[in-house]
Amino acid sequence: MVHITDKKILIDDLLAEVGTAASGALNIFVGTTRNRSGERSVLWLEYEAYVPMALKKMEEIEVEARSRWPVQNITVVHRVGKVDIGEASVVIAVSSAHRDESFKACRFIIDQLKENVPIWKKEHYADGSSEWSMHQHEQPVQA
Amino acid sequence: MRIHLLFFASAYDLAGVREATAELAAGARTGAVRTHLKSLDPRFADWGDRMRFAVNREYVLEDQVLHDGDEVAVIPPVSGG
Repeated sequence: MVHITDKKILIDDLLAEVGTAASGALNIFVGTTRNRSGERSVLWLEYEAYVPMALKKMEEIEVEARSRWPVQNITVVHRVGKVDIGEASVVIAVSSAHRDESFKACRFIIDQLKENVPIWKKEHYADGSSEWSMHQHEQPVQA
Repeated sequence: MRIHLLFFASAYDLAGVREATAELAAGARTGAVRTHLKSLDPRFADWGDRMRFAVNREYVLEDQVLHDGDEVAVIPPVSGG
Protein backbone atom coordinates (compact mmCIF):
# COMPACT_ATOMS: atom_id res chain seq x y z
CA MET A 1 0.00 0.00 0.00
CA VAL A 2 1.22 3.50 -0.76
CA HIS A 3 0.14 6.77 0.80
CA ILE A 4 0.91 10.46 0.71
CA THR A 5 -0.08 12.38 3.82
CA ASP A 6 0.21 15.84 5.33
CA LYS A 7 -0.04 14.33 8.82
CA LYS A 8 2.71 13.05 11.06
CA ILE A 9 3.54 9.41 10.21
CA LEU A 10 2.68 7.07 13.07
CA ILE A 11 5.34 4.39 12.83
CA ASP A 12 3.85 2.04 15.43
CA ASP A 13 0.57 1.96 13.50
CA LEU A 14 2.44 1.11 10.31
CA LEU A 15 4.31 -1.74 11.96
CA ALA A 16 1.06 -3.20 13.22
CA GLU A 17 -0.41 -2.92 9.71
CA VAL A 18 2.52 -4.56 7.92
CA GLY A 19 3.39 -7.46 10.20
CA THR A 20 1.56 -10.76 9.79
CA ALA A 21 1.51 -13.99 11.80
CA ALA A 22 3.49 -15.58 8.97
CA SER A 23 6.22 -12.91 9.08
CA GLY A 24 9.67 -13.75 10.33
CA ALA A 25 11.03 -10.30 9.52
CA LEU A 26 9.79 -6.76 9.45
CA ASN A 27 12.13 -4.25 7.89
CA ILE A 28 11.49 -0.56 8.27
CA PHE A 29 13.29 2.40 6.73
CA VAL A 30 12.57 5.80 8.22
CA GLY A 31 13.86 8.84 6.35
CA THR A 32 14.09 11.76 8.76
CA THR A 33 14.62 15.46 8.23
CA ARG A 34 18.12 16.72 9.02
CA ASN A 35 19.06 20.07 10.56
CA ARG A 36 21.95 20.70 8.16
CA SER A 37 22.36 20.87 4.40
CA GLY A 38 26.05 21.15 3.59
CA GLU A 39 27.19 24.11 5.69
CA ARG A 40 23.74 25.58 6.12
CA SER A 41 21.52 25.30 9.15
CA VAL A 42 18.03 24.04 8.25
CA LEU A 43 15.03 24.98 10.41
CA TRP A 44 12.34 22.95 8.68
CA LEU A 45 11.47 21.29 5.40
CA GLU A 46 8.59 21.40 3.04
CA TYR A 47 7.62 18.64 0.62
CA GLU A 48 5.53 18.96 -2.50
CA ALA A 49 4.24 16.10 -4.63
CA TYR A 50 2.60 15.65 -8.00
CA VAL A 51 0.20 13.48 -6.06
CA PRO A 52 -1.54 11.32 -8.68
CA MET A 53 1.71 10.55 -10.49
CA ALA A 54 3.67 10.09 -7.26
CA LEU A 55 1.14 7.50 -6.05
CA LYS A 56 1.27 5.77 -9.44
CA LYS A 57 5.08 5.60 -9.39
CA MET A 58 5.07 4.37 -5.78
CA GLU A 59 2.61 1.63 -6.73
CA GLU A 60 4.81 0.63 -9.67
CA ILE A 61 7.84 0.42 -7.36
CA GLU A 62 5.86 -1.77 -4.96
CA VAL A 63 4.84 -4.08 -7.82
CA GLU A 64 8.45 -4.27 -9.04
CA ALA A 65 9.73 -5.07 -5.53
CA ARG A 66 7.13 -7.85 -5.21
CA SER A 67 8.22 -9.32 -8.53
CA ARG A 68 11.84 -9.45 -7.33
CA TRP A 69 11.45 -10.74 -3.77
CA PRO A 70 8.85 -12.93 -2.03
CA VAL A 71 7.69 -10.35 0.49
CA GLN A 72 4.38 -10.22 2.36
CA ASN A 73 3.17 -6.70 3.05
CA ILE A 74 4.65 -3.43 1.85
CA THR A 75 3.63 0.01 3.05
CA VAL A 76 5.20 3.20 1.75
CA VAL A 77 4.20 6.57 3.21
CA HIS A 78 5.58 9.96 2.21
CA ARG A 79 4.83 13.28 3.90
CA VAL A 80 3.95 16.49 2.11
CA GLY A 81 3.71 19.99 3.50
CA LYS A 82 5.80 21.28 6.38
CA VAL A 83 7.95 18.69 8.18
CA ASP A 84 9.84 19.66 11.30
CA ILE A 85 13.44 18.61 11.93
CA GLY A 86 13.76 15.06 13.23
CA GLU A 87 10.38 13.92 11.94
CA ALA A 88 9.85 11.12 9.46
CA SER A 89 9.45 12.38 5.90
CA VAL A 90 9.20 8.87 4.45
CA VAL A 91 8.62 5.44 5.94
CA ILE A 92 8.91 2.11 4.14
CA ALA A 93 7.88 -1.06 5.95
CA VAL A 94 8.23 -4.52 4.46
CA SER A 95 7.38 -7.88 5.99
CA SER A 96 8.60 -11.26 4.79
CA ALA A 97 9.05 -14.80 6.00
CA HIS A 98 12.85 -14.38 6.15
CA ARG A 99 14.96 -11.27 6.69
CA ASP A 100 16.96 -11.16 3.49
CA GLU A 101 14.10 -10.31 1.17
CA SER A 102 12.64 -7.59 3.37
CA PHE A 103 16.07 -5.91 3.70
CA LYS A 104 16.59 -5.99 -0.05
CA ALA A 105 13.06 -4.87 -0.94
CA CYS A 106 13.20 -2.00 1.55
CA ARG A 107 16.51 -0.74 0.11
CA PHE A 108 15.24 -1.08 -3.44
CA ILE A 109 12.07 0.87 -2.68
CA ILE A 110 13.79 3.86 -1.07
CA ASP A 111 16.42 4.02 -3.84
CA GLN A 112 13.77 3.94 -6.56
CA LEU A 113 11.60 6.44 -4.72
CA LYS A 114 14.42 8.96 -4.50
CA GLU A 115 15.17 8.67 -8.22
CA ASN A 116 11.77 8.53 -9.80
CA VAL A 117 8.86 9.62 -7.62
CA PRO A 118 7.83 13.21 -8.35
CA ILE A 119 8.24 14.65 -4.87
CA TRP A 120 10.34 17.69 -4.06
CA LYS A 121 11.95 18.97 -0.87
CA LYS A 122 12.41 22.61 0.00
CA GLU A 123 14.87 23.52 2.72
CA HIS A 124 14.12 26.53 4.91
CA TYR A 125 17.30 27.98 6.39
CA ALA A 126 18.11 29.80 9.61
CA ASP A 127 18.93 32.98 7.64
CA GLY A 128 15.32 33.16 6.41
CA SER A 129 16.02 31.99 2.86
CA SER A 130 14.75 28.77 1.29
CA GLU A 131 15.72 26.58 -1.64
CA TRP A 132 14.44 23.53 -3.49
CA SER A 133 16.86 20.67 -3.08
CA MET A 134 18.55 19.92 -6.41
CA HIS A 135 20.48 16.71 -6.03
CA GLN A 136 21.89 15.13 -9.14
CA HIS A 137 19.89 12.16 -10.35
CA GLU A 138 20.31 9.44 -12.91
CA GLN A 139 18.11 9.22 -15.97
CA PRO A 140 14.69 7.70 -15.23
CA VAL A 141 14.54 3.95 -14.87
CA GLN A 142 11.57 2.56 -16.74
CA ALA A 143 10.10 0.56 -13.88
CA MET B 1 -3.41 21.63 -30.55
CA ARG B 2 -3.64 22.56 -26.92
CA ILE B 3 -1.76 20.90 -24.07
CA HIS B 4 -2.23 21.33 -20.35
CA LEU B 5 0.98 22.19 -18.48
CA LEU B 6 1.60 21.52 -14.77
CA PHE B 7 4.41 23.14 -12.78
CA PHE B 8 5.82 21.87 -9.50
CA ALA B 9 8.43 23.02 -6.98
CA SER B 10 11.17 25.09 -8.65
CA ALA B 11 9.29 24.94 -11.97
CA TYR B 12 6.37 26.65 -10.23
CA ASP B 13 8.75 29.30 -8.90
CA LEU B 14 9.86 30.06 -12.47
CA ALA B 15 6.45 29.83 -14.12
CA GLY B 16 4.59 31.69 -11.38
CA VAL B 17 1.54 29.50 -11.95
CA ARG B 18 0.60 25.93 -11.11
CA GLU B 19 -1.13 25.25 -14.41
CA ALA B 20 -1.20 26.73 -17.89
CA THR B 21 -2.25 25.82 -21.38
CA ALA B 22 0.01 26.04 -24.40
CA GLU B 23 -0.84 26.06 -28.07
CA LEU B 24 1.55 23.92 -30.09
CA ALA B 25 1.62 22.94 -33.74
CA ALA B 26 -0.07 19.62 -34.55
CA GLY B 27 2.43 16.79 -34.19
CA ALA B 28 4.65 18.79 -31.82
CA ARG B 29 7.03 16.86 -29.59
CA THR B 30 8.24 17.43 -26.04
CA GLY B 31 11.15 19.42 -27.46
CA ALA B 32 8.60 22.08 -28.42
CA VAL B 33 7.54 22.29 -24.77
CA ARG B 34 11.15 22.90 -23.78
CA THR B 35 11.31 25.75 -26.30
CA HIS B 36 7.99 27.13 -25.03
CA LEU B 37 9.28 27.09 -21.42
CA LYS B 38 12.45 28.96 -22.38
CA SER B 39 10.24 31.67 -23.87
CA LEU B 40 8.37 31.91 -20.54
CA ASP B 41 11.61 32.15 -18.56
CA PRO B 42 15.12 31.57 -19.94
CA ARG B 43 16.14 30.00 -16.63
CA PHE B 44 14.19 26.88 -17.64
CA ALA B 45 17.14 26.19 -19.98
CA ASP B 46 19.56 26.01 -17.03
CA TRP B 47 18.36 22.56 -16.00
CA GLY B 48 19.05 21.01 -19.40
CA ASP B 49 18.34 17.30 -19.44
CA ARG B 50 17.75 17.24 -15.69
CA MET B 51 14.32 18.69 -16.36
CA ARG B 52 12.08 15.78 -17.26
CA PHE B 53 8.57 15.72 -18.65
CA ALA B 54 5.71 13.48 -17.71
CA VAL B 55 2.92 13.11 -20.23
CA ASN B 56 -0.35 11.89 -18.74
CA ARG B 57 1.54 10.92 -15.56
CA GLU B 58 4.29 8.88 -17.17
CA TYR B 59 7.89 9.95 -17.79
CA VAL B 60 8.66 10.35 -21.46
CA LEU B 61 11.84 10.51 -23.42
CA GLU B 62 12.71 13.62 -25.37
CA ASP B 63 10.89 13.92 -28.68
CA GLN B 64 7.80 12.05 -27.67
CA VAL B 65 4.92 13.11 -29.94
CA LEU B 66 2.23 15.03 -28.06
CA HIS B 67 -1.49 14.97 -28.62
CA ASP B 68 -4.26 17.48 -28.13
CA GLY B 69 -5.39 17.51 -24.51
CA ASP B 70 -2.25 15.90 -23.11
CA GLU B 71 -1.34 16.71 -19.51
CA VAL B 72 2.35 17.63 -19.58
CA ALA B 73 4.03 18.03 -16.20
CA VAL B 74 7.36 19.81 -15.92
CA ILE B 75 9.40 17.69 -13.51
CA PRO B 76 12.44 19.39 -11.97
CA PRO B 77 15.06 17.10 -10.40
CA VAL B 78 13.14 15.12 -7.77
CA SER B 79 14.25 15.16 -4.13
CA GLY B 80 11.81 13.08 -2.13
CA GLY B 81 12.82 10.81 0.70
